[in-house]
Amino acid sequence: MTPSSPSRIEDLPTNVVIPSDLAAAHEAEKALLAEVAGCNYSEASTFAIKLAVEEGMNNAIKHGNRFDARKTVELAYDISKDRAVITITDQGAGFNPSAVPDPTADENLEKPTGRGVMLMHAYMDEVAYNCKGNQVRMVKRNA
Amino acid sequence: MQQDHPRLKIATQGDVTVVELADRKILDEANISRIGERLQGLVAKAESTKFVLDFSNVVHMSSSALGMLITLHKRVREKKGQLRLCGIQPQIYEVFVITRLNEIFDISKTLDDAVKTFK
Repeated sequence: MTPSSPSRIEDLPTNVVIPSDLAAAHEAEKALLAEVAGCNYSEASTFAIKLAVEEGMNNAIKHGNRFDARKTVELAYDISKDRAVITITDQGAGFNPSAVPDPTADENLEKPTGRGVMLMHAYMDEVAYNCKGNQVRMVKRNA
Repeated sequence: MQQDHPRLKIATQGDVTVVELADRKILDEANISRIGERLQGLVAKAESTKFVLDFSNVVHMSSSALGMLITLHKRVREKKGQLRLCGIQPQIYEVFVITRLNEIFDISKTLDDAVKTFK
């Protein structure tokens, strides 16, 4: 099964389609991180990529596809020595990232959820969503 | 007395219950859920109201793990107890700072420091 015509921002050389399953996501993330390790990314950049991809894949499966077994998630990436470009696309209805409450606001500090998107922005150099809000593109420079 | 668990090592120091998170990565949702249930069960049953969570082994954790800690913290406070975190590695501590959770939790550098804060 492949995603239903995701509105791609760009074509990336590695493209993995997985079911809405966190274990499958973990395996796909491992392959991505192996490429990152092969390009000698700094410890800080590797930590950032791992964290952001984990959060992005969790969001795609949990909030995007809502664990629907009929839906898939596409993880695409281009890892070079200088930068990692990663897109994650789900088959959900999409969301409005600007409508996500700020988890660092006093009134939200003790809420147990809602930090994933914020952490992705904090750790990656670029984070952008497509118009529908079902695809995130992230860039991390190797620094 | 010490009880071992695949992901948690539980011990006591005086009247303080010390839980060492044994996993290097606290990312997987199912594991986080199990760890959370185990910790909340421990808090509910323990005679002690003083708890330390030792993160010395942890090199990666997700926002779901942060959520689990927030819920645990609430359970401890409901019991009029106190929770301390310790051994948090710099990269993980940065996550706490970015999310401002360092303002919610009492965080000590070492296990000894954390236990001493109860005295």
